[in-house]
Amino acid sequence: MNSRHRAIVALRNVGKTFESGTVALRGFDLDVADGEFVSLLGPSGCGKSTALRIVAGLSAASEGAIEWPGGAHEARIGFVFQEPTLMPWADVAANVRLPLKLAHADEARARAAAAQTLARVGLADFADAYPRELSGGMKMRASIARALVTEPRLLLMDEPFAALDEITRFKLNNELLTLWQELRRTVIFVTHSVFESVYLSQRIVVMTPRPGRVFAEVSIDAPYPRDEKFRTSADYAGFCRLVSEALGKVMAEPVP
Amino acid sequence: MIERGLRILLPLLVLVLVIAGWQAIVALNHIPPYVLPAPGLVLSTLISDGALLMHSLWVTLLTTFEGFLLAAIGGIGLAILFSQSRLIEYSLYPYAVILQVTPIVAIAPLLLIYLPQPLAVLACAWIVAFFPVLANTTLGLRSVDHNLIALFELYKASRWQLLWNLKLPSALPQMLAGLRIAGGLSLIGAVVAEIAAGSAGAGSGLAYRIAESGYRLNIPRMFAALLLLSLAGVAIFFALSAASHMILRRWHESAVTRER
Repeated sequence: MNSRHRAIVALRNVGKTFESGTVALRGFDLDVADGEFVSLLGPSGCGKSTALRIVAGLSAASEGAIEWPGGAHEARIGFVFQEPTLMPWADVAANVRLPLKLAHADEARARAAAAQTLARVGLADFADAYPRELSGGMKMRASIARALVTEPRLLLMDEPFAALDEITRFKLNNELLTLWQELRRTVIFVTHSVFESVYLSQRIVVMTPRPGRVFAEVSIDAPYPRDEKFRTSADYAGFCRLVSEALGKVMAEPVP
Repeated sequence: MIERGLRILLPLLVLVLVIAGWQAIVALNHIPPYVLPAPGLVLSTLISDGALLMHSLWVTLLTTFEGFLLAAIGGIGLAILFSQSRLIEYSLYPYAVILQVTPIVAIAPLLLIYLPQPLAVLACAWIVAFFPVLANTTLGLRSVDHNLIALFELYKASRWQLLWNLKLPSALPQMLAGLRIAGGLSLIGAVVAEIAAGSAGAGSGLAYRIAESGYRLNIPRMFAALLLLSLAGVAIFFALSAASHMILRRWHESAVTRER
C-alpha cells in the first residue's frame, strides 16, 4: 500500500494509559504515507480518538514513539472534531481565520485565505453568518474550512460526520473526497462506520477494543473519483463485507 | 402581540389599584400623614423637596456607580488571576467567600470607624457587588469548550491569545449575568452603609435622607426618598439588562428570540 510514498507519520509501539488507570492504547503501530487517505475503524472506546489526539500532539503517548520522517510535524496539522467546535461569538469567516490569526498572519492575507477556503467548501455566501444560524452540515463545513485554511499536509478527522443525518453525511463524504483529490493532503479519518470508511479510504485500519491496537488492515483498491455509483456497486458491498467480518472477529476476540 | 400588551397593562392596572386603595384607606380612616401619608402627598413632597432629593439621589447613584465599577474591575480581574494560577485561587478564594457571607450590615459600622465616610460607603458597595462578578466570571472562564481549548493548543496559541480570544469571550454571558446582579447589589451596599452612617450624620445620600426623615417624623419625605431608591434600582437593572442583551444578541442563546 503506497510503499512508493514515504511515510508522513509513523506510530511505533504507542501506548496510552490515562491517569484513571484506563489503558486506551497498547502496542499501537501505524504508518501513514504522504497523501494517503486512511481510516481508523473500531468499536467506540477503542482508543482511535486517543491515537488521533496523540498524532496531533494534543495528548502525550505514555510509551512508544511518534516519528515524522519528513519533519512534517512542523508542516502543520489540521484537526476536525466530532463537534463543529466553532466559536459562537465570531462569524464564520472569523472562525475560519482563527488559525492564521493565532499564528500572527497578516490580516489581509488571512482574510483572503479564509474567503478562498470558504468558497472551496461552498460557504462563500455565509462568511458573515454566525454559527448558530447554520445547519449541522454547514457548521461542519466551516469546521473543515478552518482546518484547511493553514494548508496543512496532514488532516486529522475525529468522527466528523457522526452527528449528521445520512443525507448530509453522504453529501459531505463526497465533498471531502473531492477536496482530498484536489488538495492531495494526507487524511487520517476516525470513524465507527464500516460503510463510511470503505467509501472514503484507500486503507482501513481495524482496531481492537480497549486497549486499542491494530487488528487488521484492509486496502480498498477501488479507483477514485468515487461517487454514488461506487456506493451502490458490488465492489463496495464486497469491501464492506470484508471489513465487517474483520470487525466481527475483533469483537469476538476474548478480552486479554 | 396581545400577550406583550398584557405584560405592560396588567402591572400598571395593579399599580393603579394599589394607589387607589392606599388613598382610600388613608382618606377613610383619617390617618395622619406622620403615620401613613397619602400617595398624593408623597408625590407633592417629591416635587417640593425635589432639589434636595435629586441631590441625594445623585450622591447615592455616584457611590453606586463607583462601587459597581470597582466591583467589575476587581471581580473580573481577580477571576482572570484565578484562571491563570491555581495557587492564587487557592490562597484567596476562601477570603472572597468570607467577605461575601459576612452580612454587610455588620461590616459597615467597622468600616465607618476606620475609613472616612465616603470611602466607607464606597467600600460597602464594592464588597457586596464584587463577589457575584468574581463567582460568575470564574465559572465562565472554567466552562470553556474543551475542544476549543485543544484547538488553540494545536495552533500553539500563547496564554494571552487563549485568554483574549477564547476564555474571555466564552465567559462573557456569565460575566454579564454577574454584572447585572452586581449593579443592584452595589446600590444595596451603598444604602446599607449610608444608613449605618446615618447617626453620624455627615452623609447626604438618599438612604441618609430616609434615616434623617425618620428621626424627624417627616414620613412623606421618607416615602419619596424610598420611591426614588426603588426607581434607581429598577433603572440600573434595566440598563444592565439592555447592555447585556446588546452585547450577546448576535450569538448567545439567552439573547436570541426563538422562532416558532
